[in-house]
Amino acid sequence: MRTLKDVKSGDTVIVEKISCAGSLKRRIMDMGITKGTTILVRKLAPLGDPIELTVRGYELSLRKSDAENIIVK
Amino acid sequence: MNIKIALAGNPNCGKTTLYNAITGSTEYVGNRPGVTVEEKEAKLKWNKDVTVMDLPGIYSLSPYTSEEVVTREYIIDKTPDVILNIVDGSNIERNLYLTTQLIETGIPVVIGLNMIDVVKNNGDSVDTAKLEKKLNCPVVPISALKGIGLKEVCERAISTAKNKNISDIKIFSEIIYDYLRQIEDLIEDRKLMVSKKWLAVKLFENDNNILETLKLDSDKKSVLEKIIKSAEEKFDDDTESIITNERYKFIEKTVSETVKKNSKQKLNLSDKIDKIVTNRILALPIFAVIMWIVYYISVTSLGTIGTDWANDGVFGDGWRLLGIGGEEYEKASKVYETERIKIDAFIENARKNGIEIDALKEELKAEEPNSSIINNFIKNTKNITATAKIENDDGNTGKNINVDNDAFAAALEAKEPNPADYGVWIPGIPLLAETILDSFDASDWVKSLVLDGIIGGVGSVLGFVPQILILFFLLAILEDCGYMARIAFIMDRIFRKFGLSGKSFIPVLIGTGCGVPGIMASRTIENNNDRRLTIITTTFIPCSAKLPIIALIAGAMFSDESWVAPSAYFMGIGAIILSGIILKRLSVFKGDPAPFVMELPAYHFPAVKGLFIHMWDRGKAFIKKAGTIIFVACAVIWFLQTFDWSFNMVEAEESILADLGNILAPLFAPLGFGHWQASVATVTGLVAKENVVGTFGVLYGFDEVAENGAEIWGMLQTDFTVVSAYAFLAFNLLCAPCFAAIGAIRREMADYKWTAFAICYQTGLAYIVALLINLYGNAFLFSQSFIAPIIITALLIVLITFIFMCSNKKTAPKTA
Repeated sequence: MRTLKDVKSGDTVIVEKISCAGSLKRRIMDMGITKGTTILVRKLAPLGDPIELTVRGYELSLRKSDAENIIVK
Repeated sequence: MNIKIALAGNPNCGKTTLYNAITGSTEYVGNRPGVTVEEKEAKLKWNKDVTVMDLPGIYSLSPYTSEEVVTREYIIDKTPDVILNIVDGSNIERNLYLTTQLIETGIPVVIGLNMIDVVKNNGDSVDTAKLEKKLNCPVVPISALKGIGLKEVCERAISTAKNKNISDIKIFSEIIYDYLRQIEDLIEDRKLMVSKKWLAVKLFENDNNILETLKLDSDKKSVLEKIIKSAEEKFDDDTESIITNERYKFIEKTVSETVKKNSKQKLNLSDKIDKIVTNRILALPIFAVIMWIVYYISVTSLGTIGTDWANDGVFGDGWRLLGIGGEEYEKASKVYETERIKIDAFIENARKNGIEIDALKEELKAEEPNSSIINNFIKNTKNITATAKIENDDGNTGKNINVDNDAFAAALEAKEPNPADYGVWIPGIPLLAETILDSFDASDWVKSLVLDGIIGGVGSVLGFVPQILILFFLLAILEDCGYMARIAFIMDRIFRKFGLSGKSFIPVLIGTGCGVPGIMASRTIENNNDRRLTIITTTFIPCSAKLPIIALIAGAMFSDESWVAPSAYFMGIGAIILSGIILKRLSVFKGDPAPFVMELPAYHFPAVKGLFIHMWDRGKAFIKKAGTIIFVACAVIWFLQTFDWSFNMVEAEESILADLGNILAPLFAPLGFGHWQASVATVTGLVAKENVVGTFGVLYGFDEVAENGAEIWGMLQTDFTVVSAYAFLAFNLLCAPCFAAIGAIRREMADYKWTAFAICYQTGLAYIVALLINLYGNAFLFSQSFIAPIIITALLIVLITFIFMCSNKKTAPKTA
């Protein structure tokens, strides 16, 4: 099982499942990360965390600890 | 007919720019208690019967953030006639997500498709006619920044409101609508401000706020639970996610049919900027340079000029319009100064020659000197010559001038230049007020109240206004161009460790100049807990007004050793880190575990009008505060400092404040400075921290002392030990800040309880730190007993462990 946290920068993945619940899940989904969404991992912040993504044509940043909840393929 | 338009849209969609463009001046800015979410309302520029309400920027109508809750409440309680939904055309998918929720409310919606110029520049195109059909509501392409289509979109909004055109579109699949219809049957047919469909969706999503408002009875609740359960089993997902998924599916379909993306995926300007600005190697140096520029302009250069003008000019003697005539005045002053030195040297030499000088000195001070005494003196000193040493600008002896009797007589004729004679001189407010009071023959205490108490106190606070305005202008640029989000992105990792936000760096940095703008800079932090923590800890870093205290203690007690000043900064940083780690454990700061899911908006040039509005809105709030809470606080301190118990005007050392100092003194005794002077100085530090040194001067019997209090060093050395002096320093640096900063805390917390907590925490921490310094210092340096410090340390360790254990217990079920 691969999560968004493990994706190398520059790679594109597809969301399979979001494993957390409550407000974090809602927030992640509100921002457009839903089942089947294509995500490009653009880069890591200079200190290694958070990560920058391209989702639905815009830039989004997520902490690695939150990205761990997004299961991808 | 009055029409209410509510502006809604995602953050960074250009909503505020549009609001500023279509309205005149903002008439009402409200603040919800507990959260700093502003409500703004104004009349439409072209039609005074139309009110435009600016709602906070939100991504969704979920019940999780304060902005979203405020927007929902507004829509439900006040039902606008039409919602003008601003959609960023260059980021259409995510923006339409909110649109699908707004349409559901049953309130007419008009879409302003913003940044249409950016869309065209990217080589993309949007079929607005088709989009209009798909969403069943008017879509007007606009550019808020360039002023395209603004009037048209407002007219469409007004006509839609008049015709009550409510969009009715199918967003979800048929099976979801089956569930929703079942839920709709549960909702009573009360007169509802929003559509049943929206309420049904919210109930389906398990939205507690709506569940409470609708007050369903227990039967209906169990039916609702059954419906939700069967849906969750069918979809193998929770209902909130089902709804979100369905919305995005609908949007994907709509966008694929209406938006044509340029097939050539070239890097646009924003991507190119971002490649450099958040580059792994360059990001931190670029960040450091930008922060240095902000600090340099707002605190060091331009900000200081502004603050000096306000403090020494407007609230001082006066100032020169456009600085014209300043140089001539300087020259004239110098000439006059030289003459004064000549006079002093001559008189001193006369004294050495046994000539009586006291009578002459008296006369020279008088407003209308008695010429016969002066003439007598000149006659008696015919044969005396003196040497006047004239200093250069660098303070070294420049040249010696011989002063004989004639030169002395000539020097006496010299008149002090009046600043009002050079250029256009505008007298300061204290002088104007004094003139006015004198014309009324006001009594001494009234004059003292107005001049020393009110103008002096409030003036020292308003003196910060220029600095604050400059800072807010710069912060508005950083925010509007999109860099602020990158700061959080770059710095998050470091600050998260201490329970702060990546954006906490800015308040702390600005705080080294002045805590007031520092605290106000915390505004840019969205998360309530992070913002509160930042507000509480910002003033731990020594601000420029605390530097004289450091200089006093370092000079008097530590013979200016070089470690004292840096140690003050390390103490501040240490207090911030410690507070972050400990306070984050308290349950009040655990309220909502806010995820760091943040948009990094595309870079763009900010709208100049918006920058100024931004700056003024925030500056105005500070000025208002100075007029209320700070005004009262200054008057009270003045009163205590000026009167004794039988309400006679007395010097500070016999005042009520001195007595209170005596009462407070035992409180400070454990910290090593239990004499009343130190406690009074600490209290006056609340008006402004630079008062501490001045108060010491007054209490030790000097009218005025140098900034570092060099005159009173000897007296401090008898009253303090090295240890108690450092404890005094620590307490004054960390304890409650000045009234201006307390006012800023109150303003940013928007809540009295939180303000009280902040002040108590700061003072408590200061007390503990000073206590430990005093006890351990005495134990190590003066071989006192180690028992007391060890007991107190043990108690503290128990307390902190207790806090940690409590917080771990509370989080345990969540992680399980």
